[in-house]
Amino acid sequence: MSPKRTIAVAMSGGVDSSVAAALLVESGDRVFGLMLRLWSAGPERPNRCCSPRDVANASKVAGRLGIPFYVIDAKDEFKSRVVDSFISGYEAGLTPNPCLSCNRELRWGLLLERASKLGATHIATGHYARLRRTNGQYRLFRADDRQKDQSYVLSVLGQSQLAHTLFPLGKLKKEAVREIARRQGLVTANRPESQDLCFLGGDDYRTFLADHLVAAPGAIEDNQGNTLANHSGLSNFTVGQRKGIGISGPEPLYVIDKDVERNTLIVGPKSALGRTHFTVREVNWVRGHSPPESSNLTVQVRYRASAVPASLEHLEGRTKVATDEPLNNIAPGQAAVFYKGEECLGGGIISR
Amino acid sequence: MAHVRIRRMPAYLDYAATTPLDDKVLDGMLPYLREDFGNPSSVHGWGQRAEWAVEDARERIADGLGCLPEELIFTSGGSESDNLALRGAAFSARSARAANHILISPTEHDAVRITAYELVKRHGFDLELLPVDPLGCVDPDDLRKRIRSGTAAISVIYGNNEIGTINPIPDLATIAREHEIPFHSDALQTTCQLPTRVADLGIDMLSIGAHKFYGPKGVGALYVRGGTTLQSVQTGGSQERGLRAGTHNVPLIVGMAHAHEIALARQESDADRFRMLRDRIIEGVTSRILGARLTGHPEERLPNNASFVIEGIDGNSLLAALDLAGFACSSGSACKTGDPEPSEVLLALGMEPELALGSLRVSVGRQTTEYEVGEFLDALQDTVAKLRPSVAVA
Repeated sequence: MSPKRTIAVAMSGGVDSSVAAALLVESGDRVFGLMLRLWSAGPERPNRCCSPRDVANASKVAGRLGIPFYVIDAKDEFKSRVVDSFISGYEAGLTPNPCLSCNRELRWGLLLERASKLGATHIATGHYARLRRTNGQYRLFRADDRQKDQSYVLSVLGQSQLAHTLFPLGKLKKEAVREIARRQGLVTANRPESQDLCFLGGDDYRTFLADHLVAAPGAIEDNQGNTLANHSGLSNFTVGQRKGIGISGPEPLYVIDKDVERNTLIVGPKSALGRTHFTVREVNWVRGHSPPESSNLTVQVRYRASAVPASLEHLEGRTKVATDEPLNNIAPGQAAVFYKGEECLGGGIISR
Repeated sequence: MAHVRIRRMPAYLDYAATTPLDDKVLDGMLPYLREDFGNPSSVHGWGQRAEWAVEDARERIADGLGCLPEELIFTSGGSESDNLALRGAAFSARSARAANHILISPTEHDAVRITAYELVKRHGFDLELLPVDPLGCVDPDDLRKRIRSGTAAISVIYGNNEIGTINPIPDLATIAREHEIPFHSDALQTTCQLPTRVADLGIDMLSIGAHKFYGPKGVGALYVRGGTTLQSVQTGGSQERGLRAGTHNVPLIVGMAHAHEIALARQESDADRFRMLRDRIIEGVTSRILGARLTGHPEERLPNNASFVIEGIDGNSLLAALDLAGFACSSGSACKTGDPEPSEVLLALGMEPELALGSLRVSVGRQTTEYEVGEFLDALQDTVAKLRPSVAVA
């Protein structure tokens, strides 16, 4: 550890990043706060991470902690690198996770770069995950509070980023974090938990997509090719989805696949959903190299799914994944993230 | 990643934003925050002592500005003075002579510029912007060409808060006087640095604000030449001849009078010292920072203002980096909420929006030392080198 660290805390006006900053100040580091001003669909739909109230709250927390605080304009970058690819992903029939691209492009891209130019040796965030350095390598682990673990959305990070990263909350329970915030009198102590995507501004993501995509109605077919009904636009559906298909039958129907070329939604019974083989592209390995194919790995295919045992086969530009048990929620565009025990090894985008 | 050099004592180089309160001013204010707390409108002794204090302050400031005490209206500061001047004169001219035309420079402070936009949007006035040259100066001939009998009010800033350019107020005011059109000038930046005798300037209205000359925040005044009619903007009690209702803020008014006297007494020596420090900054920045150039007029500029644009630098990041390095500066484009807009003033000068995002204003004051200026120049050179896009990450 360097004798004196200068840490830029990525503040969002929420309780987690506030407490992350508070803990670092307590530990004697030189700390300043940065907030990314992200894109939103309009002033009446402010971005959840940086509404005027969030800016004011983050600024109050910084004032309380006695640290400098600056807001960085990242609206254009966020729009072009995160929101646009979210929209075009849905247009291409995928189910993208914009939090991963935001972490890669914005927080550990633009923010890290700006922080470094401002003289920071590290950036810190309020993410729930742990970092450990062994034999000169930075390794990423799930948070002690498994309910809050966010290693899934951090699986895009590599050594050059983690070398300059701190996750002060990795060993804390959410309740302890709130307790620290209350004890320190931070205005964000009781801020409610946020779940939806920050740029939706309170809208459902389908409403958001309806505003940004031209919906093309098409056919709904079963897996034998029989047309059952019409759909309102493929972007309204995600593989594994049951509700909202609008067909009643003897047994519940699920979205099995999205055939973008034919603009057709394929549905079927739950039994048709399970898959044990899929392919992952754009794979990032946190430690800079892939793990041996034989190692005992698990794979997690959604932010809040549980990890299941899997084996990998590394091919040129892609990795084939085989799970022991069938998974019902393999949606192209989502991230498949690999773990060995508690360690997050990395992940990639599900392509097929 | 590089280590930051940390200054033990941060240096304040933003005196155009506000100045620290002079200790002697504070001493003069304290009795009116404590025992002499009365309301000047009250009949009893407390009220009388407060009223004397306000009227004494009015006389002293009037003396300094070279006007009659009754020509001064106390306000809450520069923005209110500007509002009262522009709105008051415009509405009054409309009812007296159906005048509907407003002339302002495009480099006005927001308090004038946005107020003029409001008068257009909500009250149907016609607004015309006077041209400025690339240095930010209004040419009297341009005023002569645009002024007309239906002009309700004219407002041209004296010393520009952002780029420091000084406008030829006496020449402009003469033209307005010839046409009998009320002429206002925002003199917030000039009060403690340039001679500001209203008779010499020949204007009808002048805004001042105490916190720009080492007085307290929240108090200002509007000079209104006798015979100039204004419609009141804030109604209620009959304070300030009914033009500005509201209980007088006695301690602040007293503080402004003290601060104004001190500022006038030291004006020449302060201005000389400011110019020396300013020129050192201008010389240092333009010679040492590649792609930096001075904005505003090279000679006709406020003694304490050094303003620049720096190519390839965004104002927000520059201010943050300088702050972390221990130097407080300002930028016409920076904003605390992360919504940088190119400075309106620089755009009015014909500058490219891209370049107008990289503005930097350094303003010196009574506490600024040559040593600080030297350290600032080193730090700025360092900072710009770090912020330039060519620098690799980590």
